[in-house]
Amino acid sequence: MKGNEAIAEAAIRAGADAFFGYPITPQTEVMEYLMETDATARTGMVVLQAESEVSAINMVYGAASCGRRVMTSSSSPGISLMCEAISYLAGAELPCLIVNVSRGGPGLGTIQPSQADYFQTVKGGGHGDYKLLTLAPSSVQEMADFVALSFDLAFKYRNPVMILSDGAIGQMMEKVYLPEERPRLTEFPDWATTGTRPGQHGRTITSLNLLSSVHEVHNQRLQAKYRQMEQEEIRYEELYCDDAEYVVVAFGISARIAQNTVERLRAAGKKVGLFRPITLYPFPAPQLAALAKRVKGFLSVELSAGQMIEDVKLAVGSQVPVEFFGRLGGMVPTPEEIEGALRKYFSL
Amino acid sequence: MAKLRGAIVIDKDRCKGCELCAATCAQQVIAMTTAVNQKGYHYAYMANPEACTGCTNCAVMCPDGVISVYRVKVEA
Amino acid sequence: MDVKDIIREENLVYKKSRLLTDTPFNFCPGCGHGTVVRLIAEVIEEMGIEHDTVGISPVGCSVFLYDFYDFDVVEAAHGRATAVATGIKRVMPDKFVFTYQGDGDLAAIGTGETIHACNRGENFVIVFINNGIYGMTGGQMAPTTLEGMKTATCPRGRDVKTMGYPLNITPLLAQLDGTYYVTRQAVHTPAAVRKTKRALRQAFENQKNKKGMSIVEVVSNCNSGWGLPPLQANRWMEENMFAKYQLGDMKVDGVLQMR
Repeated sequence: MKGNEAIAEAAIRAGADAFFGYPITPQTEVMEYLMETDATARTGMVVLQAESEVSAINMVYGAASCGRRVMTSSSSPGISLMCEAISYLAGAELPCLIVNVSRGGPGLGTIQPSQADYFQTVKGGGHGDYKLLTLAPSSVQEMADFVALSFDLAFKYRNPVMILSDGAIGQMMEKVYLPEERPRLTEFPDWATTGTRPGQHGRTITSLNLLSSVHEVHNQRLQAKYRQMEQEEIRYEELYCDDAEYVVVAFGISARIAQNTVERLRAAGKKVGLFRPITLYPFPAPQLAALAKRVKGFLSVELSAGQMIEDVKLAVGSQVPVEFFGRLGGMVPTPEEIEGALRKYFSL
Repeated sequence: MAKLRGAIVIDKDRCKGCELCAATCAQQVIAMTTAVNQKGYHYAYMANPEACTGCTNCAVMCPDGVISVYRVKVEA
Repeated sequence: MDVKDIIREENLVYKKSRLLTDTPFNFCPGCGHGTVVRLIAEVIEEMGIEHDTVGISPVGCSVFLYDFYDFDVVEAAHGRATAVATGIKRVMPDKFVFTYQGDGDLAAIGTGETIHACNRGENFVIVFINNGIYGMTGGQMAPTTLEGMKTATCPRGRDVKTMGYPLNITPLLAQLDGTYYVTRQAVHTPAAVRKTKRALRQAFENQKNKKGMSIVEVVSNCNSGWGLPPLQANRWMEENMFAKYQLGDMKVDGVLQMR
């Protein structure tokens, strides 16, 4: 099954109530699959193709305000169009899932994979102080597993959640164990605008607070949520790091390739490890800082000009050197190239 | 023969003195006060209450919904 | 008979809808927005559907609708009200949904959303206030600003050669198969207000019967934007706005009425 299709099937099984999307390579299979398998007939969920990503994400906003499990999926340029609404979703504290199957930028760029949306995703593509809890799958299995998890985290924090994937993982076919089917929601949170109950006053979904004293308190409440995420939601994976001298830090497709490099070097007796962030926000900084006490250097490997490396440096500080290896324009490195970089920087 | 007598109650502190009610009243019942309300607007009042027939046109026109209308049938 | 004897509960024939909260409207004195906001509350109250209604308040003079209504309201980003409404209506098809949009929201930034929501025949009500200007931001030129009309961003009058023509969007929307009822009303006289209320009621009844998109456009004054007191603004509107934006039904029961 393709990564994109795994997202779609997992959404149906996760009890999604609605999907609003727009075609853009390399993720259109998500919507195609939902239409092809007739998700509406299977679970009654809404599947609607909008006239633009701006419209699609605002349809998500509407359905989310009714307390439903709602999602969209797009790719880099489409996500840029959605950023205003993503800021509104965070400001209005609305849960939803947004999938970004990244492609090479900037501009129209290429349809090949990229990880150059990292900053846009974790540092905020929209306006204002907000954070997107971001999960980075590195396999078709994780594309499936992260959907239900994303809905649950979105509702736990009343915040949009992003699955940051890329063209490679999206188009890649792998065996996948599909999650159990769970029913759609029948009860909705009290904040949801589903029509007031008798005696209940009108509720409001808004991100507007003209009174700054009120808006600051609102922002502080959002920040408290993000602190809680940083306490409770960090996810990462370590391979061969126990006795490693040098560690590659990579997520998504880069981690898959780096894993091959690490295993080859391990076979050659080199003490090399892989640290794979799964949540890009909250970033596993504490864990990296701890690891930095035991290793001699890090190599950040990304399909970009170097973005996650900044967070690695923030975590590691000046304890040990943090080097970078990346490919641009949608070029995907080979394991040998990563090995070359390791040997160059750390004279393995 | 029976005659309709009406009266209106104006929430004077929410009136914005737009004069739409005064202008629309066919019986010239309503005028604007010289005094001002808490927002500093001259507000509407029944300057000529006997002429009011309770037709509700003033209330229908009011963009702020500050007018309540009462009407009763009286034997002339 | 003394006035005090008349003012008794049993003689009450008109009062503000109970679905309107005590929050004073933020509209300028004499503004048509207030009247329409009031009429919608009256229609919803009379239909007894306040527990099944979700309103969409976009960005514009109507941005604070949720403070005025005692039923659920969702704030939409500027221009996206019809998309938000689509999202709500699709997941809650049995609820009543309406958007309340100004000319900038519906016919400028939100044109795409408006046309496609209508084209999909979404089953909700669009209330469209056309006052030919951006009110909330202080009187800038809008798509519906008339030729030669002065605004903060066309202080020497709208020059159609460089600033485009006044956009008469509602007849376009009436041409779309997805629209069922399209009408243009006003609220500058009691008779017009009553007609607008009937139109709004018709629109909500259409929604109840799942007939598709109903659009009630209300041509309204903008006293601060036009720089005229309310009564003069209404007269100016009758002479100028109505000439370009003729009142009347454009589509009823899915059938075009236009000449």
